[in-house]
Amino acid sequence: MGMTFAEKILAKYAREKKVVSSQIVTVKPDHLLMHDNAAPIIKKIQIDLEEYGVVNTELPVIVLDHVIPASDEKTATNHKIIREFVKKYKIKNFYDVGVGVCHQIMVEKGLALPGQLLLGSDSHTCSYGAIGAFSSGIDRTEAAALLLTGETWLKVPQSIKINLKGKLQSGIYAKDVVLRIIGDISASGADYCSVEFCGDIKQFSVEERFTIANMGVEMGAKNAFFPVDDLTIQYLKSIGVSKSKYAAIDPDEDASYIKEINYNLPDIEPVVSLPHSVDNVKNVNEVEGLEIQQCLIGTCTNGRLSDFRIAAKILKGKKVHPNVRLLILPSSRQVYLDALKEGIINTLVEAGGVLLPPGCGPCLGAHQGVLAPGERCLSTSNRNFKGRMGCKDAEIYLASPATVAVSAIYGKITDPRKEVS
Amino acid sequence: MKIWKYDDNVNTDMLFPGKYTYTCSTPEEIKPHLLEDLDPSFAKNVKEGDIIFAGKNFGCGSSREQPTVGLKAVGVSAIVAESFARIFYRSSINHGLLLIECPDAVKAYREGDPVSIDALNGKIIVGDKSYSFPKLPKEILAIRDAGGLLPYTRAKLKNKR
Repeated sequence: MGMTFAEKILAKYAREKKVVSSQIVTVKPDHLLMHDNAAPIIKKIQIDLEEYGVVNTELPVIVLDHVIPASDEKTATNHKIIREFVKKYKIKNFYDVGVGVCHQIMVEKGLALPGQLLLGSDSHTCSYGAIGAFSSGIDRTEAAALLLTGETWLKVPQSIKINLKGKLQSGIYAKDVVLRIIGDISASGADYCSVEFCGDIKQFSVEERFTIANMGVEMGAKNAFFPVDDLTIQYLKSIGVSKSKYAAIDPDEDASYIKEINYNLPDIEPVVSLPHSVDNVKNVNEVEGLEIQQCLIGTCTNGRLSDFRIAAKILKGKKVHPNVRLLILPSSRQVYLDALKEGIINTLVEAGGVLLPPGCGPCLGAHQGVLAPGERCLSTSNRNFKGRMGCKDAEIYLASPATVAVSAIYGKITDPRKEVS
Repeated sequence: MKIWKYDDNVNTDMLFPGKYTYTCSTPEEIKPHLLEDLDPSFAKNVKEGDIIFAGKNFGCGSSREQPTVGLKAVGVSAIVAESFARIFYRSSINHGLLLIECPDAVKAYREGDPVSIDALNGKIIVGDKSYSFPKLPKEILAIRDAGGLLPYTRAKLKNKR
């Protein structure tokens, strides 16, 4: 019997010939990702750091993104603590305010590569499966222990295979696909599991695969994986990473899966995830006409160039509805610059969009675009939990950049096919 | 001892709102906001030894550890759920918070039923019926027995010297 992707990569990192699901293995990840939460992580082990130091200065990657620029004295002090730590311990990979959202940076800077194992103190660490890596979220305490030892335990997960067949219709995107899947299998449908995507995946660019893998945790998955193909190789080449720098891992053909799910992509419609659970998914026509007060296009889920191209095409020469605030949140400085160069930012701002600095912005409700009681926000982000945007009496709906852009014009949830042909 | 009963998909924002994650990290800062948006009576009334019963996928969402740190700090003795989300599950091991995955016990529980837990033998009694739950693998029990991941790590580092 062959091995799944998860079994193969965990066997490699455990230096074992073969591993089976439920086996506990000890692994050394290639990188440990932290963001603004590096401050409380460092504080936990201040005494230990004095005694033992950081196990490997190339292990941690720290990106300031969650509350940037600092919103108050407390967050500013946290950022300062992190900068001092980076200097003192000569941490190699540090990205200060404005470079981007940590997950985008991990991929964009070539810090996550195919066949690598990455852990991070953020649940959306699962994103790097988009380029064939094994990546998963852990808590702050485990990140602290990893800083000291460089190793941790992982349970070998069972795997689910999701076969994407056929071609998506016009006006329907990767975000609709992943929301449809979560709606069908539920927010716990892949609990503890490794999810492998296969089938007609060539129609999805690396950016679109990122959107899908990013939402793996919203179905409970440990990691979400796309096999490496020409598109991955080309993408990595475009950021200066040659093929010799990584070794892709493919699942064996006779690997064993606890579930195989088939999707006929031409059947998928534009969808919206309703409050307050990501798996509360309906076709957009079931909620059309619902008035909205805020729209958010961006985040680590849908804040890349291709997402803003879609939004700009729709919003070109149009105006955002007077009852709506449209927030634009690029996932990185590079995306911001590329979008500037293409005139996309111009188009979005002319239409009435408000540009936010590359970071997590309103997605987690700490600042920038907090909602008021009774308000509705339509967002391209990954979570619509109650209170997520800072107010428990507000509602968050999730959709693709096209659905959000079209809805921003009409001031209500609208089928994107009204504007996209 | 009180039993707090909740539904499926109790997520990390319900357990501890995201807006506080970058300003509150100590147990004392966390405690007043526990379950704030889900059940405002919880933080005021929870007592040492209380147990939480919940449905599927308890702790789904963010990797923030304030929920585990906070629930441990207020003295919740166990969370019994039909299933848990994995980051929360790991975090609970790291902080020595007892999680019991036992769908039958959750389904059997009715308000007022007496509940007792024998963690060492993997048994939970609800009303007059006993249910068993899987014990943790020995590698994981070692972390809990050490008092959590940081004490475990410190002991390991000391031994290496």
